[in-house]
Amino acid sequence: MYENLETATETIGLQRLAIEPVSRVEGHGKVTLLLDENRVVRQARLHVVEFRGFEKFIQGRPYWEVPTLVQRLCGICPVSHLLAASKATDFFVSGNQPISPTATKLRRLLHFGQMLQSHALHFFHLASPDLLFGYDDPVPHRNVVGVLTDHPEIGLIGVKLRKFGQEVIRVLTGKRVHGTGSVPGGFNKPLSQEERDYLKSDILTVLGWAAHGLAIARQLYLADEPANRGFAAANSNFLSLVAPDGGLELYHGGIRVKDAAGGIVLDHFDYRGYNAILHEEVKSWSYMKFPFLTALGKEQGWYRVGPLARVNNCDHIPTPRAEAARVDFMAQGAGQPVQATLAYHWARMIELLHCAEAIAELLDDPEITGTDLSRSGKPLREGVGVIEAPRGTLFHHYKIDSNDLVTMANLIVSTTSNNTAMNESVRAVAAECFDGREISEGLLNRIEVAIRAYDPCLSCATHAVGKMPLSIEAIAPDGDVVSRLVKGGNGELSREAVL
Amino acid sequence: MTPAPLLVLAFGNPGRGDDAVGPLLGDKLAGWLVDQRADDVEVVVDFQLNIEHALDLVGRRRVLFIDARASGEAGARFESVSAQADASYSTHAVSPQGLLEVHAKVVGGASPRAEILSVRGESFELGAPLSAAANEGVEAAWRGLIDWVVRARGVSEALCA
Repeated sequence: MYENLETATETIGLQRLAIEPVSRVEGHGKVTLLLDENRVVRQARLHVVEFRGFEKFIQGRPYWEVPTLVQRLCGICPVSHLLAASKATDFFVSGNQPISPTATKLRRLLHFGQMLQSHALHFFHLASPDLLFGYDDPVPHRNVVGVLTDHPEIGLIGVKLRKFGQEVIRVLTGKRVHGTGSVPGGFNKPLSQEERDYLKSDILTVLGWAAHGLAIARQLYLADEPANRGFAAANSNFLSLVAPDGGLELYHGGIRVKDAAGGIVLDHFDYRGYNAILHEEVKSWSYMKFPFLTALGKEQGWYRVGPLARVNNCDHIPTPRAEAARVDFMAQGAGQPVQATLAYHWARMIELLHCAEAIAELLDDPEITGTDLSRSGKPLREGVGVIEAPRGTLFHHYKIDSNDLVTMANLIVSTTSNNTAMNESVRAVAAECFDGREISEGLLNRIEVAIRAYDPCLSCATHAVGKMPLSIEAIAPDGDVVSRLVKGGNGELSREAVL
Repeated sequence: MTPAPLLVLAFGNPGRGDDAVGPLLGDKLAGWLVDQRADDVEVVVDFQLNIEHALDLVGRRRVLFIDARASGEAGARFESVSAQADASYSTHAVSPQGLLEVHAKVVGGASPRAEILSVRGESFELGAPLSAAANEGVEAAWRGLIDWVVRARGVSEALCA
């Protein structure tokens, strides 16, 4: 643990190295390392440098626009925002009355499709190149095209899994990205028998791909378990939704928090009261807030969300093949939560298999093609919607006025919840992998690998759309740039000599 | 399901000024095809080309990509495009040439004949409307797009004769 590296006690005279922005992570991020005269890291921070203020943008809009509108936050997981906002705005239509069973199942089907495609993108497209080729592999090769070239069977599984998840989304919402479907109070379009049969025609093959993908992730982690366990290590609490029986729950449940040793801190907490258990700290050096559990305080109360948190937190997974994989995975922790940051990818692929199994079950459910899609009740003026998005727990909270216009919006996205953890992992990599000499692309990528384990996407958290150029600058204590490493849009690196 | 022989892949972010050119033309073509009750052309509209779009190319005879163009002469332009290794791949977006290359890698066999219809844009800012120049280009591109559909269908008929 390297908490001491968040803020150097004396920054005057420290050299500054900047990695800006982090590549293969959407949205702008910047990592700064401050070195002392012996070139030892004294401060390491992940900064998020763009801000768009989506909560302000939403204010004044009619609530029925919100679910579709907030999808624009993200091109990777728009459906997660659609569903969290739908759940929150259900209160404005049907009050405390639950939406119809068919609408709930259509939303779940949509959510599983979204999780499946997003997890496939995260693991196969963005993370697998690092795990298959190593962190020092040349940049032009270390990407999904390189995977397709060298390991076509692995690359093709990733491509086809993502394609299937997007087909589920397209069938239910009309478009692969930013369609409609889920609306306040229910769902706006039934699933026809023909559409159901079309999705069912591929599901057995998809289950096979998902199982194969999980085997790959497991094998890659275990191939060098000691190193992978220690890489970007961060011992933390874990927060996620769980079902009433403690099972893995991605769409709707109560909040569970476990501490680093696996003790239950909070269980089945009604998420509508999230304000009572979470506090968001603001730090001057980042636009991204730092949430923590109020009861544990900001020093001890930071937590991780996402696949690792969910698999660690649940008592079981309600589909058989994923449950068997969970039992195998949890053996790594020997009775305690698995803490390895790189184990996120293994947990991610367990969830992907669960999503494939859950999609198969839903497509066999006669109610999925029902036509009772909406409910109404006594409307409320405040709504909270929480789901487990691919990267972790996602909170949407809105208030509306008597004209049905949004007066308050608060979003806590998973990237924000993982902010402290990502900083902790960056500090660990910086402290352990930087030898004090010239900064290398290998070091740069190790830091990115640590961030990517949590999240390929900083744009939700900053509500920004970023670009992907990359530059690293070494700045001497007197402020002069002494070295600059630039990564161009074509992925090639150039090192500029600076006099 | 047998894929339609002609595919139009229109891409761009409708919320970023002239980057909306692709989605705008794609949506308009989709509406026109519904009016025509035509099922020989499939239109796919997306934010950006991704690796998995390579699977959309499977079984197609001709493909047209539609995109905004940030440089070159004003107006609309047609170009042939062929498979080429895409060195620009850095996140989860890929060029039409790269997509054809991925198609060759993952599917094998000959890639479909492909062209790009591009319209020169001037402004790509978030929330910006379409510029006047891009509007003019879109009008010209629309005429060219319908002409492409007619010509592409004609090739099919000639081959079948």
